[in-house]
Amino acid sequence: MSGVRVLVGTRKGAFVLTADAKRARWDISGPHFAGWEIYHLKGSPADPNRLYASQSSGWFGQQIQRSNDGGKTWEPVGNKFVYDGVPGTHQWYDGTPHPWEFARVWHLEPALTDPDTVYAGVEDAALFRSADGGQTWQELSGLRGHGSGASWQPGAGGMCLHTIVLDPSDSGRLFVAISAAGVFRTDDAGKTWRPMNRGLTSVGIPNPTADVGHCVHRIAMHRSRPGVLFMQKHWDVMRSDDAGETWREVSGNLPSDFGFPIDVHAHEPDTIYVVPIKSDSEHYPPDGKLRVYRSRTGGNEWEALTTGLPQRDCYVNVLRDAMAVDSLDACGVYFGTTGGQVYASADAGDSWAPIVRDLPAVLSVEVQTLP
Amino acid sequence: MIRVILPTHLRTLAHVDGEAQLHVEGQATQRSVLDALEACYPMLRGTIRDHVTHQRRAFVRFFACEQDLSHEPPDAPLPDAVAMGAEPLLIVGAMAGG
Repeated sequence: MSGVRVLVGTRKGAFVLTADAKRARWDISGPHFAGWEIYHLKGSPADPNRLYASQSSGWFGQQIQRSNDGGKTWEPVGNKFVYDGVPGTHQWYDGTPHPWEFARVWHLEPALTDPDTVYAGVEDAALFRSADGGQTWQELSGLRGHGSGASWQPGAGGMCLHTIVLDPSDSGRLFVAISAAGVFRTDDAGKTWRPMNRGLTSVGIPNPTADVGHCVHRIAMHRSRPGVLFMQKHWDVMRSDDAGETWREVSGNLPSDFGFPIDVHAHEPDTIYVVPIKSDSEHYPPDGKLRVYRSRTGGNEWEALTTGLPQRDCYVNVLRDAMAVDSLDACGVYFGTTGGQVYASADAGDSWAPIVRDLPAVLSVEVQTLP
Repeated sequence: MIRVILPTHLRTLAHVDGEAQLHVEGQATQRSVLDALEACYPMLRGTIRDHVTHQRRAFVRFFACEQDLSHEPPDAPLPDAVAMGAEPLLIVGAMAGG
């Protein structure tokens, strides 16, 4: 019988939540790597038992953990992330040049067809790739070196490459997003890159429509329609119908267009989900009501999804990597909060229930649909 | 034999119960002990000192014989008691936080 495996990264360890296709009764294992920050863990689309996890600590640095049995056991693999050549500088918060310094891996994106190939988005922002199951890592330095790297500045959470989207129709095309630089695309498997930020407007930067410098929080794609991208920017929900060449705002009737995650329904490429957050200085839902908003029209027209979610006195946040969908029918939607709850909907968002309520602050949620 | 006591998280990472016991060629220094430690436990590379520069991570400290050796040069001899195995070298995750 098919089922799902939800991979949850938290401030103090990783948790693996499993259920059958009904998604009603859950088994919870963890904490794995207790006490360490787990920014992200994700399974290989080519081998669901192959998982990668980013384990980090302010004391002891970065580890990459790998599992070959769906998260039952793990082994540390390579943790040497060295920038290619002379690292150079980016801009610091005060505008002065600051040397590129590796801090942590924010996001791991296993390749679509090879379980041993995996990409890592890191802070300070760069993209690394491993072709040997995470044992060794090489920077795809054309990204930092394409020309604008010296002008990138960190967002409040650091200068991180947090989103990696692989085009299933074109193995040479990847999208990445960096806070606070924006979206970049390669069409030659990472050798050369171009900024993809035309149409974005960010009032918090000197030139609101600059090519580079936007605080993009997350981008998402439906694999059946890789030319269409959706974006949750710092403020504004955006859409591109030309693979990132241009963007237009689709915030529509959202109560706030600030937020972090955005995701796409597994079977309906125009059904998208966001979690509005009141503002960038108040990282909690408007009116203390935790509401997922769903658009069935690819943006602009949004409906609040509230059944089963707290509708009073709720002041948690939902971080950029903390939402995911499964591919069962009906599509399951999952998200985790900084309050330690992981919510699941087995009916595409119509109703929700907590899988678990009291984990450490949730940093990331990924879902695997198992045969 | 050099005795090294690791912080809890690194003992877990390296699957070490109790002390790590290391054979160190030549003089016992921070560098030679860490070289031996990382050779025995490769997963500890990068956790105590930088992979490339070998600079000690900011929140890691080295204590032995009731002394803080963290700021000693990496090639300075460790105390005789550590070199002879009478006392352990403590690798400590510095107290930090609220």
